[in-house]
Amino acid sequence: MTGSPHTVLAGNSVRLVMLKVLVALIPGIVAHAWFFGPGIWVSLLLCTLLGVAFEALALLMRGYPLKPFLSDGSTVVTAWLLALSMPTLAPWWLYAVGMLFAILVAKHLYGGLGQNLFNPAMIGFAVLLVSFPVYMTQWPAPVELASHTPDLIESFDLVFAGQGAVSPDAYTTATPLDLLRTQRLAGDEVGGIMAQPAFGVVGGTGHEMVVLMYLLGGLLLLNYRLITWHIPVAFLGTIAVTAGVLQFLDPTNHPDPLFHLTSGGAMLAAFFILTDPVSASATPRGKLIYAGLAGFLVVMIRNYGGYPDGVAFTVLIANMAVPFIDAYTQPRVFGHGRKEKGK
Amino acid sequence: MRKLHAFNGGVHPEGHKGESTGRPIETMPLLPRYVVPLRQHIGEPARPVVKPGDRVLRGQLIGQPEGYVSVGVHAPTSGRVLAVEPRPVPHPSGLADLCVVIDSDGEDRTVETAPLDWRAMDPSALRNRLREMGLAGLGGAVFPSFIKLNPGARRHIPILILNGAECEPWITCDDLLMRERAADILAGAEIMRHMLGTEEVLVGIEDNKPEAIAAMTAAAGGRGVEVVAIASLYPGGGGKQITYTLTGRVVPAGGLSTDVGVQVFNVGTAYALLRAIRDGEPLVSRIVTVTGHVVRPGNFETRLGTPVADLLRAAGGELPDATGQIIGGPMMGFGLMDEAAPITKSVNCVIVKNAALFPAAPAPMPCIRCGACARACPAELQPFELYWYARTRDFGKTQTYHLFDCIECGCCSYVCPSHIPLVEYYRFAKSEIWSREHEKQAADQARERHEFRAFRLEREKQEKAEKLAKKASERLEGGAVAAEDPEAARKKALLQAAIAKAQKAKEAVRPKNVDNLPPDKQREIDAIEARRAQAGQAEQAAETEAKR
Amino acid sequence: MLSAILVMAGIALVLGGVLGWAAIRFRVQEDPLVEKIDAILPQTQCGQCGYPGCKPYAEAISKGDADINRCPPGGEEGVKRLAELLGVEPKPLGEGLEHKPKSVAVIDEALCIGCTLCIQACPVDAIVGAAKQMHTVVADECTGCELCIQPCPVDCIRMEVIHEDIANWKWRYPVIPLKKVA
Ligand code: SF4
Ligand code: SF4
Ligand code: SF4
Repeated sequence: MTGSPHTVLAGNSVRLVMLKVLVALIPGIVAHAWFFGPGIWVSLLLCTLLGVAFEALALLMRGYPLKPFLSDGSTVVTAWLLALSMPTLAPWWLYAVGMLFAILVAKHLYGGLGQNLFNPAMIGFAVLLVSFPVYMTQWPAPVELASHTPDLIESFDLVFAGQGAVSPDAYTTATPLDLLRTQRLAGDEVGGIMAQPAFGVVGGTGHEMVVLMYLLGGLLLLNYRLITWHIPVAFLGTIAVTAGVLQFLDPTNHPDPLFHLTSGGAMLAAFFILTDPVSASATPRGKLIYAGLAGFLVVMIRNYGGYPDGVAFTVLIANMAVPFIDAYTQPRVFGHGRKEKGK
Repeated sequence: MRKLHAFNGGVHPEGHKGESTGRPIETMPLLPRYVVPLRQHIGEPARPVVKPGDRVLRGQLIGQPEGYVSVGVHAPTSGRVLAVEPRPVPHPSGLADLCVVIDSDGEDRTVETAPLDWRAMDPSALRNRLREMGLAGLGGAVFPSFIKLNPGARRHIPILILNGAECEPWITCDDLLMRERAADILAGAEIMRHMLGTEEVLVGIEDNKPEAIAAMTAAAGGRGVEVVAIASLYPGGGGKQITYTLTGRVVPAGGLSTDVGVQVFNVGTAYALLRAIRDGEPLVSRIVTVTGHVVRPGNFETRLGTPVADLLRAAGGELPDATGQIIGGPMMGFGLMDEAAPITKSVNCVIVKNAALFPAAPAPMPCIRCGACARACPAELQPFELYWYARTRDFGKTQTYHLFDCIECGCCSYVCPSHIPLVEYYRFAKSEIWSREHEKQAADQARERHEFRAFRLEREKQEKAEKLAKKASERLEGGAVAAEDPEAARKKALLQAAIAKAQKAKEAVRPKNVDNLPPDKQREIDAIEARRAQAGQAEQAAETEAKR
Repeated sequence: MLSAILVMAGIALVLGGVLGWAAIRFRVQEDPLVEKIDAILPQTQCGQCGYPGCKPYAEAISKGDADINRCPPGGEEGVKRLAELLGVEPKPLGEGLEHKPKSVAVIDEALCIGCTLCIQACPVDAIVGAAKQMHTVVADECTGCELCIQPCPVDCIRMEVIHEDIANWKWRYPVIPLKKVA
């Protein structure tokens, strides 16, 4: 081999990149376990195992070597993102269907690592949301508000056998976004709805702390230089501005921007999902457009659409626009069309 | 304090400079045999002017410059010419090239040399002398210096940059040269300034070379030369990069630094220029860093034509478990295929590898579009897009993504988490595009010549027929043809005029078939080579891409 | 209703007329397809395709008289590009045809008797020399068609393959070890 360079950044690898993403997710996961009970560990474990199994199956079928691809960590990232987006304590087959679509369809049918047009976790999530809407709204209630929080053993039972000591009503509830939507449809005013205990200080009891931890993890990613500021800033900024304008125009029907930022999947998407490099725009200007589009759509779907949270769909729509966005936002190349100074 | 400008991206590979800076420059002992390639510079190779059996002296011209972009090649010592034949040369292909093999007689007698009175000499005569004396950029690009020292009729070049950045890891030959021969370098720059008519002279040195900066600053006192310490960031020594860093001027794509009034020379070239003019000595040696997994790493004043194996021996030989050598730096250099290949004007460094210093590249993974490469690219390209299209051989698309602005610095491959050999894909795509262009030109030429031949045959047939007819009619009627049918004659005249005109037109488009290689084609290839070599190293050979 | 149909029919008629007139008025004189095919053919002018040169072969392809896999100098690559242009499936080179590395003719100047037969055979006038004088091939213009070999009465012309050297060397497509295992 005569090619240069003969040296590469030591220790750098896809695995390391993915590992750092997982590390950055940990604060959010811990907060989740703290505020919503240990059930999240069960779903993380289950999704990871399912993901690895499906990945291995796909690699075998496509005739690819197992070791480098199974150990690259991308499957685990997908698994964790899906587990964190889904309601915990759902029956096991729900996770299985989600991961099946995420890994086999969204990832490998498009060519495997690096080739997928859509974010695999969001494909899995969207399929579930469309096919099993009832299960997808049964979220664990925050520990603070629940009459009962299943412990680890009970969580296993719930996920795998579907039965627990108490009825699901004791530990599940609708998310604040759900509540908001149903009660608004019933004709209540936003101000009144949000005075309920489930809404916490800004975005929902429990939820707001988890979101804060996601933000922390996101800052970690920025610090690792795995992501740039463009996507989170554009995404969250557009959400804030769009929600702010709507609230200003019609405060009785629209919650404030802070609520939008701290509820649902917005923060996770801003730092972990929209930024998935494979399916995101890759040019600086493109990232702004891409994330701005997603941010705008999130608020639109939440306020006017048929689903309480629109993150999964907006991510997919934004993904779809990426090739187009990238083609039109190619950055200027050194020496091209910059104003000449000093001449 | 000068305001410095930061270019995009860049990387911080481990420097490894300390290994070879411990000892002063050493002079290689005289060897029994030298192998001197005739193609040591960008452009057309020199034409051999000696034959086996000839006696030569040190500094005697053995290769005559051929064509415009070319310089002379000289004997490194006195002795007898053993052969003029293809031998292995340092080149990524590992192919052989025409070399003059000289058996030294041990006396090292030299041709008569006389200093050049450069202040009195006519600039063009001076440039011609430099051409003959073999001066080419020693930063690695080896572009003929005399061309770069021609300011041209219309152009004013106010700034001369001496490039002492030496941004590639491991290489220290410029560092040592600046430490030990600072005054000579600046005296050489003085001559360059005179020839180019520049006002300002800047010396850019990366701040990981404090001794060199100190030495150059001390020598610069009172000369009107500004020594500037720049941040150590690879590829800070690339011609376009150092121009931007020091002046904020952006060399236009496909253009030259002279387009923005800057000319860049490597410090080693300035030193060689001084030797040529002050001592009248042609370019027969250069400083080469030998480092890595060898017994005594260091810098050696090496005669051109010294086999790499001998140079390694001078450095105490390779340590056990060496795994090959790199010619040049680790970012842009290439693997050496044969230790018999000689040191040439472009070889600034030989690095001996071992498994610990240069572990085998990890297996590549698919691109995850992480964009790390784009953030590292000093040319502000989107390397992963280039890779995508080069890999699928969509060469048109690679060009819309500005493939030819890539300086092959290797930053993208360096940071790629998937360990994709990106630069190799770019080189492949570039070579493929050039060769297709070349093939297309050849096919067009063949088509034209074939069509012309068909036309010629047709014309000959017609002429023959006419002649016959004329003869026949003359015999019959005794020369009254023309008067008898004026209409026919007029038609014939018209026809002949048309044929003549068509022929003339054909002749005009017909390519010159006398030169053995059309000069424009050659120039194109040169430009390419220059571009390739330009990036990593000091010498700013981009000059080649010169407006063609 | 009726009036709508009439209007539509009227518009259709007018537009059709305009289109028809435009087709006649702006008809491209030379068939551009032939040019496009000819641009892909290697211009070796060797006649191995069975036509007296590349242009006639191009014309035959465009008329549908000839298959696209008859040109050995173009090789598989050429067939592929023709297939792309014409929107058909690429196929291997025709029976008995074989792609050879590009070469040039070399005249052994000691043997040449100056008969000019090779000059007459060369399709691109790449051989220079006058009657009874030694002939030589201009390597840069020789297409490697081999048409001059046959006519030479003293067999003094041979083909030399163009070897790779530093000037024409190309970087290779990178070899990536990680691919399908099967
Ligand atoms: S650094 Fe490598 S993996 Fe990342 S975008 Fe560039 S080529 Fe792809
Ligand atoms: S090798 Fe080319 S594409 Fe890669 S970083 Fe350097 S200039 Fe950019
Ligand atoms: S076979 Fe010869 S003559 Fe026919 S198209 Fe190919 S190169 Fe031209």
